[in-house]
Amino acid sequence: MGGKILLANIDVPGIRGYDVYRSNGGYTSVEKALREMTQAQVTAEVNKSGLRGRGGAGFPTGLKWSFLDRKSDKPRYLVCNADESEPGTFKDRYLMHHLPHRLIEGLIISSFALGVKTCYIYIRGEFKYLVGILEKAIKEAHLHGFLGERILGTDFSLNIYVHPGAGAYICGEETALLESLEGKRGNPRIKPPFPAFKGLYGCPTVVNNVETLAAVGPIISMGGEAYAMIGKGKSTGTKLISACGNIKNPGVYEIEMGLPVEDFIYSPEYCGGIANDKYLKAVIPGGSSVPILPADLILSTAKGEKRLMTYESLADGDFESGTMLGSGGFIVYDEDACIVRNTWNLTRFYRHESCGQCSPCREGTGWMEKVLYRIEHRQGKMSDIDLLVRVAKNIEGNTICPLGDAAAWPVASAIRHFRVEFEEHVLHPAAMLEKERHLKLKY
Amino acid sequence: MNHTNNLINHPLFLKEGKKVAFTSEVLNKVHSLMERYPADQQKSALLPVLHIAQEEFGGYLSVDVMDYVAALLGIQPIEVYEVATFYSMFYLEKTGTYVIEVCRTGPCAISGGEMIMEHLLEVLKIKPGETTPDGMFTLKEVECLGSCGTGPVMQVNTRYFEHLTPGKVDKILAEMREYANNDKPDDSTWVEKFC
Ligand SMILES: Cc1cc2nc3c(=O)[nH]c(=O)nc-3n(C[C@H](O)[C@H](O)[C@H](O)COP(=O)(O)O)c2cc1C
Ligand code: SF4
Ligand code: FES
Repeated sequence: MGGKILLANIDVPGIRGYDVYRSNGGYTSVEKALREMTQAQVTAEVNKSGLRGRGGAGFPTGLKWSFLDRKSDKPRYLVCNADESEPGTFKDRYLMHHLPHRLIEGLIISSFALGVKTCYIYIRGEFKYLVGILEKAIKEAHLHGFLGERILGTDFSLNIYVHPGAGAYICGEETALLESLEGKRGNPRIKPPFPAFKGLYGCPTVVNNVETLAAVGPIISMGGEAYAMIGKGKSTGTKLISACGNIKNPGVYEIEMGLPVEDFIYSPEYCGGIANDKYLKAVIPGGSSVPILPADLILSTAKGEKRLMTYESLADGDFESGTMLGSGGFIVYDEDACIVRNTWNLTRFYRHESCGQCSPCREGTGWMEKVLYRIEHRQGKMSDIDLLVRVAKNIEGNTICPLGDAAAWPVASAIRHFRVEFEEHVLHPAAMLEKERHLKLKY
Repeated sequence: MNHTNNLINHPLFLKEGKKVAFTSEVLNKVHSLMERYPADQQKSALLPVLHIAQEEFGGYLSVDVMDYVAALLGIQPIEVYEVATFYSMFYLEKTGTYVIEVCRTGPCAISGGEMIMEHLLEVLKIKPGETTPDGMFTLKEVECLGSCGTGPVMQVNTRYFEHLTPGKVDKILAEMREYANNDKPDDSTWVEKFC
C-alpha cells in the first residue's frame, strides 16, 4: 500500500502550527513553484498528475483550470469549496482541522498557476471552530512571507480569506456557493455561463474542493508523473475516504486508489469489519447522493470482478448495478438496517435542502418523502413503490442543478436493489413494526 | 457611503430608546471584514456580518438588527431578510442561552440519533423548535453536521458533542445549567471549558 500523501505527518505533534509544518518539508512546494516554474508549467504538472475533483464529480482538475477565461481583463478568483455537507462526508473537516497548512500551500500554488490575487475559502457555518484554525494558519503564512505582497520576492501577490456559510447544503453546489459568497440566497445559477467565464462577481472563477487543492502541493513536490503512477488507471493518486455507519472503526482514511472495496471494509487498517460482527447488508460509497448497493454488488461487479475503490470500478454497471465514488463518504449498513427507513430519512434531507427553484426538485422531493413516510409508517400501498420510481424518474435530469439527481438516485437505487423490502413493508406492516421495536431495544 | 451613516442615526434604529448598534470595537471588526471584498461588492460581507450581529444582539436577528446591518452594508433591508430567512443558522426569534441542534440524518440515525432526540424531548419537556421556560435551552433538529463517523452528534452553539448516549447528554445539560448560573455565559469561555 502506498504511503500517505495528503495526511503525511499528521501524527507529528504540533503539525497544525507553521513551525513544525515547515520543518517537516512544508511550503517547499511553494518555493519550487514560484521560483522555478511558470504558471503554465504548474498547470501542466497538475494535468499530468491526472488529479480529478474530489468534491464529488471527479472532473479533471487540470482541464478545469484550462477553461479559465484568460483573455478577460477582469480579476480572477479561486474559491475553495469547504462547504462539506454531504451526509457521510467529513474528510475536508478532518484535513483542515489537522493540516490547515496543507490546504493553504495548495491554495498559494493554485492561485499562482491561475493568476489569481484573491482567494476565498467558503466554509460551512457549522464549522465555525475551524475558521480560527484556518485564519491562524493564514496569518502564519503571511508572517513568513508566503502570503501578501510580492511573495518570496516574486511579483506574485495573494490574499486568502475565510468566508463562513450559514447552514445550507445547496451552497456546496458551485454556483449556489458563488451566489452565497456574494451575499445572496444560495440559489444555483443556470449554466452556461460556467464559472470559468462568469463566476464570482461575473469574473472568471475556479471552484475546487478542499481535498483537490490540498493535493496540488504534493503534486508539485513529487511531479505530476510520479503522482500519476500512484493509483489505478484514470483514478490517480490517493483519496480521502470518510467511513461511517455500522463498522468497527469509523474515521477518515487516505487510501491509494485501486484498493479493493472488500479490503477497505474488512481490513483492520481501515473499517475493521462490520460492528458487532454482523453481516454486511449494503453500502453507499460516495456520500448520500450516490446509489446504494447491496453487499454482493459492492464487493464485486455484475461481471464478477472485484470492485475497487476507483471512479471507474465503482461506476461499473452504471445505474443497473453500479454506483459512484462521489465525495468518498462511505456509509456501511449491517443486516439490521432498514432500507425503507433510511431512504425516507435521506429523502427528507433532500426535501429540506432543496432550494425550491425548480418544481421537479421542490415538489418531487416533497412527494417522495410523503410516500416513503407512508410506507415506513404502515400506510403504504403496493402502487406507491412504482409511484416512487416514477417521481424519481421525473426529477432526474429535469432540474437546474444536480441536487435533483442526488435526491432521485438514492430512491431509485434503493427500490431497484431492495424492492422486496419495500413490498414487505406494505404487505406485513405489523411484522415490520415488531422488527423495528426489537432493534430499538438493542441499541 | 455617506447615506449609510445618516441611516444609522435614523429613529428607526432606536428601539425602546436604545440604539441598535455595534460597539466601536465590533464595528472595527465589521469594517475589516468588509475590506476583504471589492469596494463595489460590500454585500458579500452579509453572511459573516449577520453571524456577528446574531452573536452581539442576543442570539437572534430582529427586524431592527437586520435593518441596521442593511444600512451598514449599504443594501436594502429586503436583501437582508431574504438571506436571513434562507439559511438555517440564522434565527429570527429569541433563542435559549444554549441552542441544542441534534443531527437526524442517516448515518447519525443508524448509530442512535433518534434515541438521543427522544431523550432530549423527554428531559427538556419541549418540542423541537421550542425553548425551555427558563430560557436556557432551545432544541432543534438539523441535518448532517459533517461528523458522521462520531455519531450520534449534536452541536450546542459552536461546540460539537459526539458519541452521545442518554447518560452523556444528561451530564452535558447539567454542566451547562451550572455553568450558566454561576457565570455570565460567554460562548468562547464555555467552549474552552467543554473542550
Ligand atoms: C447539491 C450539491 C452539493 C455539493 N456539495 C459540495 C461540497 O460540499 N463540497 C464540494 O467540494 N463540492 C460539492 N459539490 C460539487 C461542487 O458543485 C463542485 O463540483 C466542486 O466544488 C468542484 O470541485 P472539484 O472539481 O475540486 O471537485 C456539490 C454539488 C452539488 C450538486
Ligand atoms: S435542483 Fe433543486 S436545489 Fe437545484 S436549483 Fe433546482 S430546486 Fe434548487
Ligand atoms: S449524519 Fe449526523 S453528522 Fe453526518
